[in-house]
Amino acid sequence: MHMADALIVPAVAGTMYAASTIAAGVSVREVKLENNPKKIPLMGVMGAFVFATQMLNFTIPGTGSSGHLCGGMMLSALLGPFAGFLTMIGVLLVQCLFFADGGLLALGCNVWNMAFYGCFIGSFLIWRPMMKKGATKGKIIAASVIGCVVTLQLGAFSVCLETLASGVTELPFSVFLATMQPIHLAIGAVEGLITAAVLCFVHEARPELLWGVGETAGEGRLTFKKTLGVLAIFAAIFGGIVSLFASAFPDGLEWSMEKVAGTSELEATGGAYDFFASIQEATSFLPDYAFKNSDTAAGTSFSGIIGGLIVVVLCVGVASLLKFFKNTKVEEAKADE
Amino acid sequence: MSKINKAIYEIQKIDSMSKEDKWVNNIHPLIKLFLTVYYIFLIVSFHKYDMAGLFGMCIYPIFVFVLGDLSFRDALYRLRVVLPIVSIMGIFNPFFDHTVVNHIGDVAVWGGVISMFTLMIKGIFTVLASYLLIATTSIEEICYALRLIHIPKIMVTQLLLIYRYITVLMAETKRITQAYSLRAPGQKGIHISAWGPLVGQMLLRSMDRADDIYESMCIRGFNGEFPRMTKKRKNKGDLIYLLVWFFVLFAFRLYPVFEIVGGLFV
Repeated sequence: MHMADALIVPAVAGTMYAASTIAAGVSVREVKLENNPKKIPLMGVMGAFVFATQMLNFTIPGTGSSGHLCGGMMLSALLGPFAGFLTMIGVLLVQCLFFADGGLLALGCNVWNMAFYGCFIGSFLIWRPMMKKGATKGKIIAASVIGCVVTLQLGAFSVCLETLASGVTELPFSVFLATMQPIHLAIGAVEGLITAAVLCFVHEARPELLWGVGETAGEGRLTFKKTLGVLAIFAAIFGGIVSLFASAFPDGLEWSMEKVAGTSELEATGGAYDFFASIQEATSFLPDYAFKNSDTAAGTSFSGIIGGLIVVVLCVGVASLLKFFKNTKVEEAKADE
Repeated sequence: MSKINKAIYEIQKIDSMSKEDKWVNNIHPLIKLFLTVYYIFLIVSFHKYDMAGLFGMCIYPIFVFVLGDLSFRDALYRLRVVLPIVSIMGIFNPFFDHTVVNHIGDVAVWGGVISMFTLMIKGIFTVLASYLLIATTSIEEICYALRLIHIPKIMVTQLLLIYRYITVLMAETKRITQAYSLRAPGQKGIHISAWGPLVGQMLLRSMDRADDIYESMCIRGFNGEFPRMTKKRKNKGDLIYLLVWFFVLFAFRLYPVFEIVGGLFV
């Protein structure tokens, strides 16, 4: 399910990076709050363990084919969702750098599709509620299989959406979706069974290692800050939806121009204008605040959010680079002294 | 060679290449990281029919391959993962997109055909760019660059640890699978009855290993902070390298340089 760089456009990559960064930021804060320095080496070794087990082939009885372990679900069942998520980011980064599985620009997409769903949806919505009153073999099998199937289905759906938004394939969305979902249903079921086998063994040998077993529901209650965060996310989502309708009507300036000049857009010609217009045409991946070669309302709304993010990222990037080289000069001057 | 052996060999080979004392290897890691992401960003921003413009972007991999004295064959081997996926995604384009974008003689060229090749070229270039980064920059240097852009310490530390223990755990996995296959001759993979105990034992052993590592780190003074990584000196040459590539790649993104140069002679 790893997405390659070639399959996405910068706008999609940027959006998914932003979403994954927020999840990573929250995870870093939560792991820091746990204040357990022992967890860092454990995360590292468990990340390497996921790698090592990817090399194992598990024979699926009666089919002749083989399956692999589901990393996200297993890591979150052992380390907790936040540490599991951070470990999965490390695993995906090493996979992309050393094995060309995934891509640097597509890392945000892959983190979201595999780590976010596997660790957060899988553990908070499936694993923990099922383990609330203690773990049994049956519950572990059910949670692992349901968790893997649901998270893989969500991941596969996200891959389809990201590919659709990128417009790299002419394959109709419905056909792509109808291919991806059933394949990942089968993969999810097999991965779930393998993960269940491992977790059942851990439950029998060292039950204290499993996360979220016997936790009370009260711990999951939303605090004021968390509620604000959830409301902010909903505001962003609904803001995006509302802008679909708003963008259909001219703004004040356009309305006035239409009244005065009979057109809402000024036309200009000339050397400088043509030069900058050619630069804009070549570099814009969201011309006229929509996806290139697309007049969809979704593109318009999406572009507004992306445009803002790109400007912020560019400003921070340029400022950081300037600061970085300015600091070099200062350090070198100090060294010379 | 088994799958595990191949993976271990690949990691060790890249690791030794990245630690060689070559001009490209000595460029500041942050600059190489920035240029790689910038290059990939420009590559994926090309329009699906702009194959000619995309070809021009081959300038960056060619230069770095020559300067870094890297094996192109090794780089092509890495395409085995990405190229099939990209090809599957692109192979349907000629069936659905019949927009005529060009003519070769009397034969009309469909947009779907062009977009299929564009997708494949994008796949090749982006993989090559990542390879050039990792083949000339060690993981420690990449982690150092990540720290410079304020990636949290906890993420960088565990990335280093994952990398450090991949080969150790892979070697252990190799020994276990070898022992298992000797006891189950002719069997393709691990039987369902052994899924839990075999991997579970490995898991518990790895967790115990993490405890040992933690204790060893504490003895060496670990207090939650990873020891400061070797600082890389920045110089004017690095800055020039960055600026030259920044503007050259930008120019190649804006203008069909190959066509312009060809036009001078035709």
